[in-house]
Amino acid sequence: MTFLGLSAEILARIQFAFTISFHFIFPAFSIGTAAFLAFLNFLYLWKKDAAYLRLFEYWKTIFAVTFGMGVVSGIVISYQFGTNWAVFSDRAGAVIGPLMGYEVLTAFFLEAGFLGIMLFGRKRVGENLHFVATLMVAIGTLISATWIISANSWMQTPAGYAIAENGQFVPANWWEIIFNPSFPYRLIHTVLAAFLTTAFSVGAVGAWHLLKDKTNRQARIMFSMAMWMAALVTPLQIAAGDAHGINTLEHQPAKIAAMEGHFETQKGAPLILFGIPNDTTETTDYAIEIPKLGSLILTHSLDGEIKGLKEWAKTDRPPALIPFITFRVMVGIGFLMLGLGLWSLWTRWRGKLYDNTWLHRAALVMGPSGFVAVLAGWHTTEVGRQPYTVYGLMRTSESLSNVDAPAVGASLIAFIVVYFVVFGAGIFYMLRLMLRTPGGDDGELEKGPVKAAGIHPGPAQGTPMGGDDGL
Amino acid sequence: MVFDLPFIWAAIIAFAVLAYVVLDGFDLGIGILFPFFPEKHDRDVMTNSVAPVWDGNETWLVLGGGGLMAVFPLAYATIMPALYIPIILMLLGLVFRGVAFEFRWRTERWRPLWDFGFWIGSTVAAFTQGVALGALVQGIKIEGREYAGGWWDWLSLFSLLTGVAVVLGYALLGACWLNLKTSKGLQAKARQLAMASGVGTLAMIGVVSLWTPFINSVYFEHWFGWPTAFFSAFVPLLLAVCAFVLWHGLTTDKHLQPLLAALGLFVLSFVGIGISFYPYIVPGALTINQAAAPDSSLGFLLVGAVVLVPIILAYTGYAYWVFRGKIDPEEGYH
Repeated sequence: MTFLGLSAEILARIQFAFTISFHFIFPAFSIGTAAFLAFLNFLYLWKKDAAYLRLFEYWKTIFAVTFGMGVVSGIVISYQFGTNWAVFSDRAGAVIGPLMGYEVLTAFFLEAGFLGIMLFGRKRVGENLHFVATLMVAIGTLISATWIISANSWMQTPAGYAIAENGQFVPANWWEIIFNPSFPYRLIHTVLAAFLTTAFSVGAVGAWHLLKDKTNRQARIMFSMAMWMAALVTPLQIAAGDAHGINTLEHQPAKIAAMEGHFETQKGAPLILFGIPNDTTETTDYAIEIPKLGSLILTHSLDGEIKGLKEWAKTDRPPALIPFITFRVMVGIGFLMLGLGLWSLWTRWRGKLYDNTWLHRAALVMGPSGFVAVLAGWHTTEVGRQPYTVYGLMRTSESLSNVDAPAVGASLIAFIVVYFVVFGAGIFYMLRLMLRTPGGDDGELEKGPVKAAGIHPGPAQGTPMGGDDGL
Repeated sequence: MVFDLPFIWAAIIAFAVLAYVVLDGFDLGIGILFPFFPEKHDRDVMTNSVAPVWDGNETWLVLGGGGLMAVFPLAYATIMPALYIPIILMLLGLVFRGVAFEFRWRTERWRPLWDFGFWIGSTVAAFTQGVALGALVQGIKIEGREYAGGWWDWLSLFSLLTGVAVVLGYALLGACWLNLKTSKGLQAKARQLAMASGVGTLAMIGVVSLWTPFINSVYFEHWFGWPTAFFSAFVPLLLAVCAFVLWHGLTTDKHLQPLLAALGLFVLSFVGIGISFYPYIVPGALTINQAAAPDSSLGFLLVGAVVLVPIILAYTGYAYWVFRGKIDPEEGYH
């Protein structure tokens, strides 16, 4: 049975790709933002400078909107394994289920339990406990990332398992399962990506307000902090990405071949800058190449051998086009980020960080770059894992539930409609919150920030910090 | 094996589901009751009363679902496809409910839309949870290790009835929560609604309880066969006690007592379901032992659960304690 000519399998794959891509936008932002908020809270308590508190309150509201959307879109994922991928759940549940179970027990409850205090409890618990609550939320987001990346990495590079008579993967060594070969690389790469996503969002908001008023102290602080992150973390991320790529070459060489657009196995392989991989003709058309550089990057040797896709049967290799393109999008953005970071260092050194309007404009344009890079990177690694759910062991086509195509198709349409309406509105509200001038100056230290502290300015509406009536 | 790990895990999953039902029950109940409180001021107070805790409450649903996949993967892999439509509708309902907490403060013009979303999302989530329960009680068709029925098998008069029952039950929890957390006119109205939904809930418990034993002879034997009949005789008796305590609390202006009585109704109904199901996790098809993951999975996660669940309960309790007392409409912490 098909739905609009599509099989249940392809519909379920589209549904998973759609719901998890939409979902990951929110944690990609909230992981970094939670850490940013904890740091702002710390700076406020340490330096007793109300500007940090005002920034905390400003970003807290944006965080609250994001976090809510992350929670509700995440619950969908935890049930979708069962609705659409029941055979996978049955066979792999005993291994990746406990990892997700630990995510719930160590992270989700921690975040949720302290979120209320972080958002609404400042006056009730006092400043120090409020800081602890903020810290707990930030730590929770990082613990959450750790477990879920472990589960994902196990699907990419399975280890520490045995296969039972009934076909189930059963745990043999939990240490090997959790610390499977690709886990450390993927975790570091993902967490740094989340930090950069936040940094470039914060930088864009700071830049926007600096372009309107370069004396705004809050805008200056956030822009400066964001540019430090861009300058310092982007090089680390590029190094982490390189290490991750070498790890992938070792464990998933077919994925690398797809990312690089290599169909033939070569020694001294070129780096294909652009081109269009064609799975049917098994060629990468219109390729622009730099000789030897592909081998140099991946093997750190000019004559290193890089396997091409033809090493694998057509049914055992990933489609090349998507990983090839998304990988280039991610890397391209990475180098743009590095460029902006270095430019900001130079401008800062010359004392013009808050005056260089071209830098501010560039930072504004780069605001969404982290999100694009993160989604591009995940599409690279997930499409590159095909045709398997558990790499080399269980095929995507074997993982599906016994469910009719119309059920999957109808639910897919429902998800698309609801997500665009609801999360579209949410992203619009976030942008509108980012357009608020991060107001307040040190003169109103006593009454200003506390009064404006209500996340949802009921009585305080109309102050610079809140109120959307005019928009 | 000293410990019967599958049995322990069945108890933990049952606890997580019960915690979800009673905690998110009153959150969802507040959404269900939204149409009875058209004033913005009342709606602000109602959402504020759960804003700091709803997220934690909903996390128990993730533990129930995610935990099921970890420790009873076969049950997870067969129940979810069987309940495909109710589960998807529940998830979409929870999306609308969850975002409304923030969104309704972010816009004047579209607030009615998000208020409507809060109501419909809460109601759909509650209804589909009830439907899912009813469908599970009816039993689902399994062949080999897969669900073998169609995607509309869940639909029946019985499952629709259990859907309505859960909506009424959550409305009762929500009304009792408002009776505890609010004052003046809002509280008086909540008390009336608690009375009405309380009568409805008890009627539904009665109908469902009388119907259930005749759906499957196994249930009949569990309820009326020795020795379980000894326990099942107590459940209706205790239900009557809770009903009286609820009625007494509502008519004598007690604030906490009705909520505790309503929670009692839910706990007892849950125990009743447990009596019907045990030792099955999917009635008539899969026992707890058949569906369980290997002991290496159960043991690994149990270590964490034993240490962490008490800690979770402690800090969750602390969060409730921080936001204790009546909601001050002027405090504006939301």
